[in-house]
Amino acid sequence: MTDKTVSLPDERSHGSFIKNNLRNYGMLMSLIAIMLFFQVMTGGTLLQPLNLTNLVLQNSYIVIMALGMLLVIVTGHIDLSVGSVAGFVGAVAALLMVTYKVDYTLAFIACLVVGAAIGAAQGYWVAYFKIPSFIVTLAGMLVFKGLALAVLQGQSLGPFPSTFQKLSSGFIPELLPETGTLHPTSMLIGAVLALGLVYASAKGRAREVSHGVEVEPYAFFLGKSVVLACAVLYFTYLIATYRGLPNVLVIMSALIALYGFVTRRTVIGRQIYAVGGNAKAAGLSGIKTERLTFFTFVNMGVLAALAGLVFAARLNTATPKAGLGFELDVIAACFIGGASAYGGVGRVGGAVVGAMIMGVMNNGMSILGIGIDYQQVIKGLVLLGAVCIDVYNQRR
Amino acid sequence: MTAMLEMRNVSKSFAGVQALRDVNFSVEAGQIHALVGENGAGKSTLMKVLSGVYPAGSYEGTIVFEGEERRFRDINDSEALGIIIIHQELALIPLMSIAENIFLSHPPSKFGVIDRDEVYRRTRELLAQVGLKESPDTLITDLGVGKQQLVEIAKALSKRVRMLILDEPTASLNEADSAALLERLMAFREQGIGSILISHKLNEVAKVADHITVLRDGRTVDGIDCRAEPIQEDRIIRSMVNRDMAHRFPERSAKIGEPVMTVENWSVYHPIHPERQVIKNVNFSVRRGEVVGIAGLMGAGRTEFAMSLFGRSWGTNISGRIALEGHQIVLPSVAAAIDAGLAYVTEDRKQLGLILADDVRKNITLASLDQVAPGRVIDDIAELKIASDYRNRMRIRCSDVYQETGQLSGGNQQKVVLSKWLMTDPKVLILDEPTRGIDVGAKYEIYCIINELAEAGRGVVVISSEMPELLGICDRICVMNDGAFVGEFPGAEATQEKIMRAIMRNERSNGNGAAKAAEMGGSQP
Repeated sequence: MTDKTVSLPDERSHGSFIKNNLRNYGMLMSLIAIMLFFQVMTGGTLLQPLNLTNLVLQNSYIVIMALGMLLVIVTGHIDLSVGSVAGFVGAVAALLMVTYKVDYTLAFIACLVVGAAIGAAQGYWVAYFKIPSFIVTLAGMLVFKGLALAVLQGQSLGPFPSTFQKLSSGFIPELLPETGTLHPTSMLIGAVLALGLVYASAKGRAREVSHGVEVEPYAFFLGKSVVLACAVLYFTYLIATYRGLPNVLVIMSALIALYGFVTRRTVIGRQIYAVGGNAKAAGLSGIKTERLTFFTFVNMGVLAALAGLVFAARLNTATPKAGLGFELDVIAACFIGGASAYGGVGRVGGAVVGAMIMGVMNNGMSILGIGIDYQQVIKGLVLLGAVCIDVYNQRR
Repeated sequence: MTAMLEMRNVSKSFAGVQALRDVNFSVEAGQIHALVGENGAGKSTLMKVLSGVYPAGSYEGTIVFEGEERRFRDINDSEALGIIIIHQELALIPLMSIAENIFLSHPPSKFGVIDRDEVYRRTRELLAQVGLKESPDTLITDLGVGKQQLVEIAKALSKRVRMLILDEPTASLNEADSAALLERLMAFREQGIGSILISHKLNEVAKVADHITVLRDGRTVDGIDCRAEPIQEDRIIRSMVNRDMAHRFPERSAKIGEPVMTVENWSVYHPIHPERQVIKNVNFSVRRGEVVGIAGLMGAGRTEFAMSLFGRSWGTNISGRIALEGHQIVLPSVAAAIDAGLAYVTEDRKQLGLILADDVRKNITLASLDQVAPGRVIDDIAELKIASDYRNRMRIRCSDVYQETGQLSGGNQQKVVLSKWLMTDPKVLILDEPTRGIDVGAKYEIYCIINELAEAGRGVVVISSEMPELLGICDRICVMNDGAFVGEFPGAEATQEKIMRAIMRNERSNGNGAAKAAEMGGSQP
């Protein structure tokens, strides 16, 4: 009897802790549920190594752009031009590498610079002239869609040098002796990554405990770490049994880690959120709000350019239709991932999960043979539903 | 006289928190009934019960209005009976005209087409009734806050009004506009309209109220019949805070040192009308350990002066010299001003001071992230420690430093803003209306903080529209009018009359005395 009364408050605090965290992990749960659903419906095709690798390749450019779009949305803006910019940069890349035979490294860098310049041009009007980003980037969308057509003269241009193609279709080189179907280097990287993640979070938790900071319950922490490590291991195992880690996955993961760090832990990240939360208050706290807004657009331009290169390399050709409608998937990914249309709220992890939800649905529905017509309907409803749940949760 | 409204044994709780306990509250026809209490005492909750925002059934107790028990399902039910509530945040549409706003929900119409002549005729009548001399065509956005408040009242009067509830109507008004508004209330009394006035300004309550009810922690703790007994502000305050506040302002013994900031020949032009000089070649200084007040009417240029000093965050074509601790400096940006040791606590905490969706911790460190971010990477534990430290020192009441600032009360939000600026370790702090919309207890705490700041050798400048406050806490009071300093008094010698006289004398010599007098005349016939 006494035992029960003592343990009660503890249990309740666990309960409320889980409830509080449900919102943070809600989207991740949805992603897992969606994956399980398609895994069952497709008879196991979804998580086959070949399909999983394709899934990564197909969605890499969406994820890359979602990272930049998240920052733009957090500052309270929007960028509708990213699809067109990606297409235009792909066209420029083809022009340089195919027509003018420029060295691929040089062309790659030149394309990123072009992306930065485009971002700067749009960001200038938004940040310093206070023209609504919706209008500036709507204009940009038309301009760069047109310019892509002009550069390519309405035709496809390819193929790219084979080294450049490796950006999207290549896999990390195998350094260890092959063991049957499993690629040991990839598997090793996955294992190191899993251990590293667990170690880092354990160390962070220990540091918080030593400073008397209130932390999540140990059982919860342990469970989370185990699940995370297992997920990473299982995922790399699947990938490693096909052709190993794709190059683009490595790039993507590095970018996710970088942007996650920047948004959560750095001064500039904090300031971007402050600008989105209340630009006037941020300005009166000494934050250079205009410069930061400008910067988020430059950053978006660079990432759109990178995505354009990845996409061009994947198709091995630049087409005038490249990038068409990307902006919608990218923006949807951010909002599904919990970003607020009013600015100031949104997480890198959320945007990535949002992009993966869109990707898994695209892929799963295609395997199931659902027509492109109903795919769009379902994706639209999922976007609306996700945001509804988020709004509902915040009201509670 | 029988009561027009009687609320009997009203109790209401939210998720286990008792917001109202057995509150009894009654208002007679033609009575101005003031409802006072600290923030969170339950005043707004009580009014929401009355107006049907919380529908019958969600609370305990009975409401009797004009002799019958009423069970309001929503705000339309109470409005139909003539119970009209005017909220602190005005609900007018800025880009519509006065007439359109007044007749927004029920315009007089013929066959569904709005009858413009009728709208204008009735708007003019209503405007005359509230004493507002404006054309019905004027857009709301072109009116000052005081006049907007009068439009709200005109809007209320356009409906059948039996009882008017005003939630802090004068919180953002200057003295003249407040006086005008209170005059209106007294006129309504003659017409038999009952009024409930929620206010933190006890001098106003004392001026107009027939009866005062004090709420504390959801209970009625005191009722004062002002017609029977003289009003003692101290008694009200004591009931509100349940603590003896013989002194509304903390004692202070000033140790004033050498000048820490001097401003010479400072001149600022309006950002939109660059030909208009808003600040007219003024000189100003504050000494170490000194609390300087800037008094003035709304629109005198006090906020504009402060913001132009603070990294040119207001105005164009700014000229003049600033010296901090004897060194001439140039402050081209807010960041530069902060680095130089200047801090400005804005007038409007919610719009300009805080990021409401962010937690207490992030708001406190926002202006001095460098201190917790060696190498531009935030040390979250150092940040947490500093934030918790300020939370304890300033006694910010929050569940923890991860609580959203939007959920805190006005006083605690202000303490978060003050913490943010203290963390920048400023030499001079400019506080713009530091106690606006804050309850008495929290005000006292803010005054104590101001004293501590001065004692630590900082220069403190307080801009306030509440003259008793300036008289209570300042070592020296400068009077600003029309962009220039027109008077200066040592704190001990200053009185409200002297300050007002300095303003009025300046108005007359500027030749716009007639206009101002008319405005004042309109408000105080």
